[in-house]
Amino acid sequence: MFDFYFDLPLWIRLAAQGLAVMLVMFPIGAACSMAERKIAALVQDRPGPNRTIAPILAWIPGIGIIKKLGLFQLAADGGKFVFKEDIVPGHVNKFYFIAAPIIAVIPALTTIAVVPFGAYLNSAGQLVPIMLANVDIGLLAVFAISSLSVYSIILAGWASNSKFPFLGSVRASAQLISYELSMTLSVIPVFLWINGPMAGESSASLTGSLSLSRVVEFQSQSGFWGGTWFIFIMPLSAFIFLISLFAETNRQPFDTVESEADLVNSFGSEYGAFKWSLFYVAEYCHMLVGSGVFMLLFGGGWNPLPWFPLADFCNLIGVSGMPLVTGLIGIGIFLFKVLAMIFFFMWVRWTLPRFRYDQVMAIGWRKLLPLSIANLVFYTVGIALLSK
Amino acid sequence: MAVIPVERKPLTFAERTYIPQIISGLRTTLRHMVRKPLTLEYPEQRPVIPEGYRGVPTLVYDPNGREKCVSCQLCEFVCPPKAIRITPGEIASDDPNAHVEKRPEEFEIDMLRCIYCGLCQEVCPEEAIWLQNQFSMSGYTREEMVNNKAKLYELGGTLPDTHYKWDKKKAAEQHGNAHH
Repeated sequence: MFDFYFDLPLWIRLAAQGLAVMLVMFPIGAACSMAERKIAALVQDRPGPNRTIAPILAWIPGIGIIKKLGLFQLAADGGKFVFKEDIVPGHVNKFYFIAAPIIAVIPALTTIAVVPFGAYLNSAGQLVPIMLANVDIGLLAVFAISSLSVYSIILAGWASNSKFPFLGSVRASAQLISYELSMTLSVIPVFLWINGPMAGESSASLTGSLSLSRVVEFQSQSGFWGGTWFIFIMPLSAFIFLISLFAETNRQPFDTVESEADLVNSFGSEYGAFKWSLFYVAEYCHMLVGSGVFMLLFGGGWNPLPWFPLADFCNLIGVSGMPLVTGLIGIGIFLFKVLAMIFFFMWVRWTLPRFRYDQVMAIGWRKLLPLSIANLVFYTVGIALLSK
Repeated sequence: MAVIPVERKPLTFAERTYIPQIISGLRTTLRHMVRKPLTLEYPEQRPVIPEGYRGVPTLVYDPNGREKCVSCQLCEFVCPPKAIRITPGEIASDDPNAHVEKRPEEFEIDMLRCIYCGLCQEVCPEEAIWLQNQFSMSGYTREEMVNNKAKLYELGGTLPDTHYKWDKKKAAEQHGNAHH
């Protein structure tokens, strides 16, 4: 059935896969902005955007649900951003001003290449991760590429040539760099664990891997310790990673970077129309990838429940012979988890007030960093003792 | 004034981690998320107007269809922003309401001036002007925002009357008792 596809040259297939992933991710990123508005509305006891509808579509029965969900509002906003006059203020550095939103989107969409977002059972009954590039450096690539996004903020702030964007970008660079440290330190125990004594006999050939799919494989093993998600084994790591994720994606309560109360809109102040919206798509894509990485590392990836891996689930409902169906189920479960995380992000946003900037720095350097180092030492010693 | 020193207890460890507070905050927001919205979807859903609401001033008919205003111009004089303009007129002698003697020929309330204070309603000896339930007035021109007599009666309609003052007066006159 898919022979024609596999007959295509490799580069066309890769381009098509990449395009397909982007075509899914971009709209989800955009839909997140509507979800944000809807959740804000629900928390504040109001219905949120539910009016917009294209008049020619209004006669279709049942379309009221889409209207109530505000999806036409989303389309209208998106269209507005595309067709609005794209103003470049006179006082900015034009080249970097235009480059900044592009640089924001590129790493946000690139990181997805090394993040597995599902798995299928092939005809031999083996679980194969679905991802664009199954590289061994895995998580390292995610960290390396996503940290490039700070350049877009710095460039945007500097090129805007006005004080609030500049202050915002200075904050952003300091904040992102401080929390990257704790974030990286918090995931090291996971990789020590999967490459260390608990690696088991089946995966001996795979030791020394930073691959994210390897982490999920490890959480899908049989037995009590094999099937445990890392959030149970390393709750503190998960906690530190989650907090750093909030800070890295500039989400409340850590969004001092664009705190509109004191910095107008920070690096976005001088932007408008499509360029402005690109920053926000990039932010949501970061959230998606970040939530995905969190779920892969600590939340069992595409496994539906702890101690109940995807393969068992597919056997249970009797579709294990169909790679396409198992793949869709795997992607579906993973996407559900990621969207649940996104919901959590938004839920927290409308619950917690923003930290002051000095508090952000204090939490990052004086609380989280020592905690993550202590966490690392604890698990290193523990794993060393276990492997004796 | 006595100074009461308040003892500040040091924060417990749990409080310093913020975690219990964050969780209780998340619980609060979740409770609001599942609650029904408190807002009205305005043009379709209208608020319940409480009794005694002071909306747009209107002129009313009595149940017999007589316009109650006798153009005494008290409201015009009392109106603080001078929003009311009345042109008094006589009632023709062949009119069934000829005994009322006067009615407004024109009655204009400039809604761009009106401050909805309700003094006109309070001062009216005939209970002819009422601030009723309409709360939203809009128009594209200044002229549109001036309610003339026809518009005022259209907005006001008929209100119940407990006195029928002029009918009683007429009946008393016909029985030869001018001061009933």
